[in-house]
Amino acid sequence: MNKIFETPLYGYERSPDQDSPTPVRRKVIVIGAGPVGLAAAIDLAQHGVEVVVLDENDKVSFGSRAICFSQRTLEIADRLGCGHRLVDKGVLWDRGKVFFDDRQVYDFNLQPDEGYANPAFINLQQYHFEDYFVQRVRELQAEGAPIEIRGRNKVDAIGTHQDHVRLEVETPEGPYTVEAEWLIACDGATSPTRRMLGIDFEGRVFEDNFLIADVIMDADFPSERWFWFDPPFNRGQSALLHKQPDNVWRIDLQLGWDIDKEREKRPENVIPRLKAMLGDDVEFQLEWVSIYTFQCRRMESFCKGRVLFAGDSAHQVSPFGARGANSGLQDTDNLCWKLKLVLDGKAPESLLDSYNTERVQGADENIQKSSRSTDFITPKSEMSRVLRDAVLDLSEQYEFARPLVNSGRLSQPCTYDGSSLNSADALDGPAETRPGSACPDAPLGDEFLLPKLAGKFTLLTIDADAPDTLEEDGVEVTRLALSVKDDLTLALKRRYLGDATSAVYLIRPDQHVAARRDSYEENSFRHAIRRACGKE
Amino acid sequence: MSDLILSPNIDKVDDFYAELLAAHEGLEKADSDALNARLVLVLANHVGDSVVLSDAIRAAALADN
Ligand SMILES: Cc1cc2nc3c(=O)[nH]c(=O)nc-3n(C[C@H](O)[C@H](O)[C@H](O)COP(=O)(O)OP(=O)(O)OC[C@H]3O[C@@H](n4cnc5c(N)ncnc54)[C@H](O)[C@@H]3O)c2cc1C
Repeated sequence: MNKIFETPLYGYERSPDQDSPTPVRRKVIVIGAGPVGLAAAIDLAQHGVEVVVLDENDKVSFGSRAICFSQRTLEIADRLGCGHRLVDKGVLWDRGKVFFDDRQVYDFNLQPDEGYANPAFINLQQYHFEDYFVQRVRELQAEGAPIEIRGRNKVDAIGTHQDHVRLEVETPEGPYTVEAEWLIACDGATSPTRRMLGIDFEGRVFEDNFLIADVIMDADFPSERWFWFDPPFNRGQSALLHKQPDNVWRIDLQLGWDIDKEREKRPENVIPRLKAMLGDDVEFQLEWVSIYTFQCRRMESFCKGRVLFAGDSAHQVSPFGARGANSGLQDTDNLCWKLKLVLDGKAPESLLDSYNTERVQGADENIQKSSRSTDFITPKSEMSRVLRDAVLDLSEQYEFARPLVNSGRLSQPCTYDGSSLNSADALDGPAETRPGSACPDAPLGDEFLLPKLAGKFTLLTIDADAPDTLEEDGVEVTRLALSVKDDLTLALKRRYLGDATSAVYLIRPDQHVAARRDSYEENSFRHAIRRACGKE
Repeated sequence: MSDLILSPNIDKVDDFYAELLAAHEGLEKADSDALNARLVLVLANHVGDSVVLSDAIRAAALADN
């Protein structure tokens, strides 16, 4: 067994809160030190908000979990000060093969899109991801940031009140009570918070079981993504192989929903299947085998008074397209700046309603995309199987059919079309940067655009005038002045101007576009700032 | 406003129809279904335009007129 699973990362330590005669009230408490809870805590701490993370465990998450992290996640991680660690360790790959029945139908080579600081995605074990995020927490602590993780602190009961939440916490030294102005529940798919508050988890779309095996292969097996539709070794189902760092390969075998889990997990059943996938002559060792059941569903609302849900506690998807942790990071990216403004009294509490609407939109998009992948991978009717097989048969000879092959789509950030925080589009610019979109990166000489848009409201001007700073009702906006004259790769022009000759963008602290026009117009931008803060 | 053509537009209409039948001749039902499915996909790719394709699906469903 890998040592990282056994080493406490945030061992239990007694907190002064446990000895206080009356419950201490914290600004924000986060339940859960998974990828999403850690991201929330780092984000808030970077905004100077006091935050305490409680986790019943004290180690990284156990076994095989997320491995594919998207470009948007890496961009968010950059803003949180840990992106480089992920990219340095992660595996980049661009080649893949698609198999159907007993044959290879095609292979592909994804040409990387130029002009982004981060790759389209990396493969990395979730435990490395969590380890790096905890390292970042330690760094922030060393800088004196108000952030703390309490290991082996299990939340047992939650009382909700008008202006705070009260938690009963179990520790190795007995229980204590602590309060928080706001609670963020990042306590995973089985969220005890959800259960303790008696909230339903709506809309189960489908259920499926997967056998997930991590195998170690020393041979120089290629760094490719292989996907099988209906292979002889897993009839009627799918299989997936892809590479992680440290010579570990991930294998996903879809099992369907009506199976005997214990039987499927036995090495004498697993090993022959793996040999059929990898070839008889390939040497491998099993690092980990487990069976997961996945569902597609989400909470009806991610906000319940002073309790905010993020990550798997709020929504779940099947693993196709790697959307769990990736969408969870978009949740906290969306939430934390809003909570900061509310805590500072610079925005009304109702701003948090937009967290709910925007991220419900994101969750629905993810559920739709993974349901479509599932419908392709496991056809639900005779005719959908005929059409699916037709696509695969055609893809062997004709390139046109390959984009129709859906073995999981890459996670893309949600564009918050129709959000009440957006102002009407007033630029004849590219669709990819319309209000609601996550800003695409662009090279700026030796640097990149996104790090310059981090964590605060920005007025991005491209060949347009505007004041260097602007304050509207307590919210400060700083200008970033750019010109296409310095835009050697033309990425800025392509992504932000299109046919326009100048542009002014109002960009939110989470790097989403709030408003844009061809020139600066004070009144409309003041309105746009108010709107983006939920004041109009 | 769609560009879906619903007025007669097929060249040598009887030849086309005969060719379509001939392609299915001697095929088992499953193979015929597969051929039709592939043909739909080839034609859909040729059309490309999503508005026209949506209109075509609706027209084929005999749901509109
Ligand atoms: C096989 C597999 C493959 C996956 N692949 C991908 C992928 O490629 N890409 C991707 O983005 N996602 C993937 N996912 C999903 C991803 O693992 C999850 O979405 C992610 O872990 C969710 O993070 P989270 O922080 O919301 O919850 P978790 O990681 O589940 O963390 C919840 C935390 O809450 C703590 N907790 C629970 N109850 C309490 C309590 N009462 N008191 C205190 N603490 C508590 C737990 O100890 C835990 O640390 C995959 C998942 C699986 C299983």
